[in-house]
Amino acid sequence: MNASDLAIDVKNLVTHYGTRKILDGISFQARQGEIMVIMGGSGSGKSTLLRHLLGLHQPTSGSISLLGKDITQLSADAMYDLRKNMGVAFQGGALFNSMTVGENVELPLREHTRLDENTMRIMSRMKLEVVHLAGFENLMPSELSGGMIKRAALARAIVMDPRLLFFDEPSAGLDPVVSAELDELILILRDAMNMTIVVVTHELESAFKIADRITVLDQGRILMSDTVAAVRASDNERIQSLLNRTPRNEAINPDEYMERLTREIF
Amino acid sequence: MDIKIEDWPPFKIVRLCGDVDLHSSPRAREAILDCLKLKAPLLVELSAVSYMDSSGVASLVEGYQTAKKQGLEFGLVAVAQSAMNVLKLARLDKVFPIHASIEERLESA
Repeated sequence: MNASDLAIDVKNLVTHYGTRKILDGISFQARQGEIMVIMGGSGSGKSTLLRHLLGLHQPTSGSISLLGKDITQLSADAMYDLRKNMGVAFQGGALFNSMTVGENVELPLREHTRLDENTMRIMSRMKLEVVHLAGFENLMPSELSGGMIKRAALARAIVMDPRLLFFDEPSAGLDPVVSAELDELILILRDAMNMTIVVVTHELESAFKIADRITVLDQGRILMSDTVAAVRASDNERIQSLLNRTPRNEAINPDEYMERLTREIF
Repeated sequence: MDIKIEDWPPFKIVRLCGDVDLHSSPRAREAILDCLKLKAPLLVELSAVSYMDSSGVASLVEGYQTAKKQGLEFGLVAVAQSAMNVLKLARLDKVFPIHASIEERLESA
């Protein structure tokens, strides 16, 4: 893969919460215009990885290059500039409850640009059209359903036409039809805008539908980062248990188990 | 981004060239709205647009709406693929009058 094609290049990322290692030597890459799905069970480290990709946490070691810039080394000003090229749709939407849907979607434009008032309003309404929320701009977030909140959050994430879009659990808590619509939207956005899109999910059906490549995380490590077909065909036991939804049945290491129970006591 | 204003009677032509983005689109908007103040039908030529983002499209939307209110014709000409992708995303390709070339529009007049 040519380095100049890379929108995301993560190398040997290690991070801890306290003494607990959460990410253990993560390396993966995503090209411009590629949809990379990060999959894994609960506690696999996928949300932590996402927070690092967003620059919300500083890793213990390793590098994270976004659009050619290592965000672990960037100044606050440079990170602020880079963020103008990044859109994020958080799992719970993270809309401001005191603002209307339209005001929420316009917010990045007000923060980062000096565009004319009419231009900002038209841009936000165009994005509400894209996510099928036309005419909802004057509603408050509390008046929206779960699926509508996700779509409004997506509209806000793409209002600046970012080169990188991060989407945390687009399907979580949604009915299958709304979930499929969001998957379709992600594909349309990539095709229209050539965005690089990182989707964190544990929904297999969604992952297989939208991904160009899938990175599978387990206990803070990458089990595999490859095409959908390769992940499906993998003979890795843990990947197969994720795909087949079989419960974990891991061998217990008595010493490590006791250490976990008694750490900081003895 | 470069802007060229031309007269192709009865039309005014605004040619946009290069990147029409968050930084440059306010100039495109100003050029389009200024031309409409002359009360002439307006075509925006987009064949040399290398990139157009939503702010550029919003300027076209505002121009179209302003023209409609004044009873003036407004159309897009030779829309480059990058701009067409953004128009299609918001289904605006079905809203704007779009012509293959200025000549084509003049011949159909």
